Amino acid sequence: MPQLPRWLRLVLADELAKQQRSISVAEFFEKNKHLLGFDSPTRGVITTIKEAVDNSLDACEEAQVLPDIFISIKKTGPEVFRIIVEDNGPGIVPKQIPFVFGKLLYGSRFHQIRQTRGQQGIGISAAVLYAQLTSGLPTIVISRTGPKEPAYRFEIQIKIETNEPDILVQEPFEWDRIHGTRVQIEFKSTMAAKKKLLEYLRYTSVVNPHARFRVELDDESFTFERVSQEVIVCPVAIQPHPHGIELGQFKRMTAATDLKLLEFLVEGFSRVGKKIAQEMCDRAGLKGTLKANGLSADQQKALLAAMQEIVVPAPPTSQCLSPIGEELIRRGLDKEFQMDFVAARTRPNAVFSGHPFMVEAAIGYGGKLPAEGNAIILRFANRVPLMYQQGACAITECIMNVNWRAYNLSQQGLPMGPVLILVHVASTNVPFTSESKDAIASIPEIEKEIVLALQDLGRELKNFVSRRDKNKLAEDRARAVCAIIPEIAEKVSEIVEKPLVDTTPIEGKLMKKLIAKKATRNGKVTLELANYSNYDGEITAYDISADDAADAVPKADFVSEMDGQFTKVWKMTIPPKTVWHTEYSGKGGGILEIRGIDDNKKMVVDLDV
Amino acid sequence: MSKEELEKKALVSLLNIASAWYDQMKSGEIPSISLPTRTKYNIEFDDASEVWKYGDKESLRNAASAKSATHILKMAYVIAFIKQQLAENRSSTLREMYYISEGWKRAKFGAQDESNFLIEDLEILSEVPREGFHLHPEENGASIYGPMRIREETRRGMKTLHCQDDVGQAGYTIPNNVENIEFVDHDAKFVIAIETGGMYDRLIENGFDEEHNAILVHLKGQPARSTRRMLNRISTTWDLPILVFTDGDPWSYRIYGSVAYGAIKSAHMSEMLATPKAQFLGLRPSDIRDYNLPSDKLSDKDIEALRSELTDPRFATDYWRKEINLQIDMGLKSEQQAFAARGLDFVTKKYLPDRLTAMGII
Repeated sequence: MPQLPRWLRLVLADELAKQQRSISVAEFFEKNKHLLGFDSPTRGVITTIKEAVDNSLDACEEAQVLPDIFISIKKTGPEVFRIIVEDNGPGIVPKQIPFVFGKLLYGSRFHQIRQTRGQQGIGISAAVLYAQLTSGLPTIVISRTGPKEPAYRFEIQIKIETNEPDILVQEPFEWDRIHGTRVQIEFKSTMAAKKKLLEYLRYTSVVNPHARFRVELDDESFTFERVSQEVIVCPVAIQPHPHGIELGQFKRMTAATDLKLLEFLVEGFSRVGKKIAQEMCDRAGLKGTLKANGLSADQQKALLAAMQEIVVPAPPTSQCLSPIGEELIRRGLDKEFQMDFVAARTRPNAVFSGHPFMVEAAIGYGGKLPAEGNAIILRFANRVPLMYQQGACAITECIMNVNWRAYNLSQQGLPMGPVLILVHVASTNVPFTSESKDAIASIPEIEKEIVLALQDLGRELKNFVSRRDKNKLAEDRARAVCAIIPEIAEKVSEIVEKPLVDTTPIEGKLMKKLIAKKATRNGKVTLELANYSNYDGEITAYDISADDAADAVPKADFVSEMDGQFTKVWKMTIPPKTVWHTEYSGKGGGILEIRGIDDNKKMVVDLDV
Repeated sequence: MSKEELEKKALVSLLNIASAWYDQMKSGEIPSISLPTRTKYNIEFDDASEVWKYGDKESLRNAASAKSATHILKMAYVIAFIKQQLAENRSSTLREMYYISEGWKRAKFGAQDESNFLIEDLEILSEVPREGFHLHPEENGASIYGPMRIREETRRGMKTLHCQDDVGQAGYTIPNNVENIEFVDHDAKFVIAIETGGMYDRLIENGFDEEHNAILVHLKGQPARSTRRMLNRISTTWDLPILVFTDGDPWSYRIYGSVAYGAIKSAHMSEMLATPKAQFLGLRPSDIRDYNLPSDKLSDKDIEALRSELTDPRFATDYWRKEINLQIDMGLKSEQQAFAARGLDFVTKKYLPDRLTAMGII
């Protein structure tokens, strides 16, 4: 571009400056809704509920109460939905309410270094803004901080030009809850994402086994019950680690202190002692007795650089992170997905760029999981399910990088079959790929931990499957021998026109066990217990079905009835190579169980199946 | 073998199978049965008959697992069913038997493929074709058109038919049982077996049969047993050259393979069903190239099938290796009707005469 004369450039700059004005955060987000997860009306519902639920769970955790969260979504007009989220948390003091809901980037946890769900304080106020933009309706907040305090009801909007709360109504309110918060937001949306929403709540319930969710979706209601009565320990905030700090935050910290440099470093940062602080000052060429708030910009930069170079022990991780725990992950998964196998791993704490983090993972297999197609992937960051951008997430990439074939699973990128994989990354600073917090960025330290956890679980799964296959094989054999061979014998004897050949010798030869058979023919139920082992079988047989077996020969030693189901109990000793049997009138079915003998020495065969 | 002898042999062999099982169980053994492995890895070329038959790899099925036990149970039910059918002098189609099995509880068939496969097992064990069990396929054979005269025993007595003069536009329909046909005389120089009905009709409409004294056989895709038996009998009775004309794709080469070498599924009957002298006329991959025919891209399945043919012993000749590799390189396939792109007469006036001359037939 040709150079303009200096005077002209000055005039132009002056003109341009007149047109420029600062835009408020609120205005910025109005134009960049996708950054916050409001890119479509469908997604807006999930994002809103997600933000409100995150806040509720965090608040309950801080107040050490077991969360009871109520969620309701109702259509109130064409394309307009009313969303209510109500919790039993500690409530919010009336003075704060307008700021929490009516000002973007306002949050109590923004500067704290510990594991929390919400972090930036954008979330719920973004939903307020979104409601205001689409339905024009204010957000209604009711909150109460304790039995002695009155509840307050607010109607709030955001002043878009200034990013300040606009309080339309503020009044005391009769509320039956003694503490808690209720948010009501109305905006334009659709319920196209109902399935995804329930999925989100289900996943949230898996990693928050101490919480109960009640959901009302128009006329349907769902409950996700809690499986743990233990309040989770609220993570404790720690000081920032010298290796995990950026210039902006560093500047704010120096500006806010009146300590001398040496003390500032020791007090303000974790794992910095006097010796390390002195080393840092020496490296930066600064005196430790300087006032920290009097540093020039260049001195700040030099000190920050020095802090990165000095070796500092990793930050403490045990208190600032709150793992779910292997046991609770298993219980949470068991509750929501009926599976044959669940294993979970909590990896030891680790650190990336000065930020403590920890990986937990779980694998579920079989049961009611779909037998075909890709594995179900559950991704979590700080106990929050990640619902979108699965393909862009480091967790997905790690799962694809594990060689699942080595654990006898089929794999096409993702493992296939009736498999569920859960990965939870907890950190004081979860590295997301974008502000909508949908996907975790690729950080080698985190990826390594994820892969290690998954490989460990893969081995466990493989053991389970091979053990189960072995049992299956044995059962399969027993079925063939005890049920099908007798039928072959019947048919073959008929073809060759000879007397029915007895197949019990085959059974005995093959099984060397106690075989219990139950068969129903022509209204007669037969129980037959053949002892092919070399030991006396001291057995108790439990036959549970709708038949009362009143005419059984021999009679049952004990019969009890419950809800029309009769439990018949026979006790007997069956010497080796002998067969015991009883017969009664009935329809059969139900369960036959044999006790008093090792599992691997007995086989129960239901011939009616 | 007469009909009565065949039936007697069937009954005796089937009862022997059942007796063996009875004896096994009586002596406390698990019933079992040995069968040749029916895959391409177990077919061998028989020098004497020049067809591919099963080799000596056998697989033992014993009733120690639920799956094998159920298989043997089904076999027992089928044997009982055939025994009854022979005793009552009745017959049924393979599909009817599949439906009858509905009442066999645990022994009922999951799909008709399963029951067909089991009948083939019994053919192998008893060395009796399924006609001896009074079982026949439901589909009728394909059709035949050309200067030949046959005599067939029908319900209305013996009939002599000329396969051009005495039949309609579509030709003579090959019956299920070709054994009863008598080959009277012919005036043909060669036989062309054609995969698709469209091309068969094209050749009839263009008068190819009259012009070249050709017998035309419509294979109707993968040919039924009766069609293959018909070709086999024409070849052995009259010693006419048999030429197979199919689409130019891997599935069509298998059609040729089953005509010339025998199908893997029915290798136990190759001697009756295969026509070792049958030659592949086209459509060759090199024809696609040389005639610049309209073509489609090979799908992944096609390529997989071509690769599988490269490991099939029936296609282990230089001719097939060259053509199949050429096709994989080109990545193209064409249908026989693609010749229409060069005019409706192109195939009968140019392609076939050229190919037949090159092959030394005319």
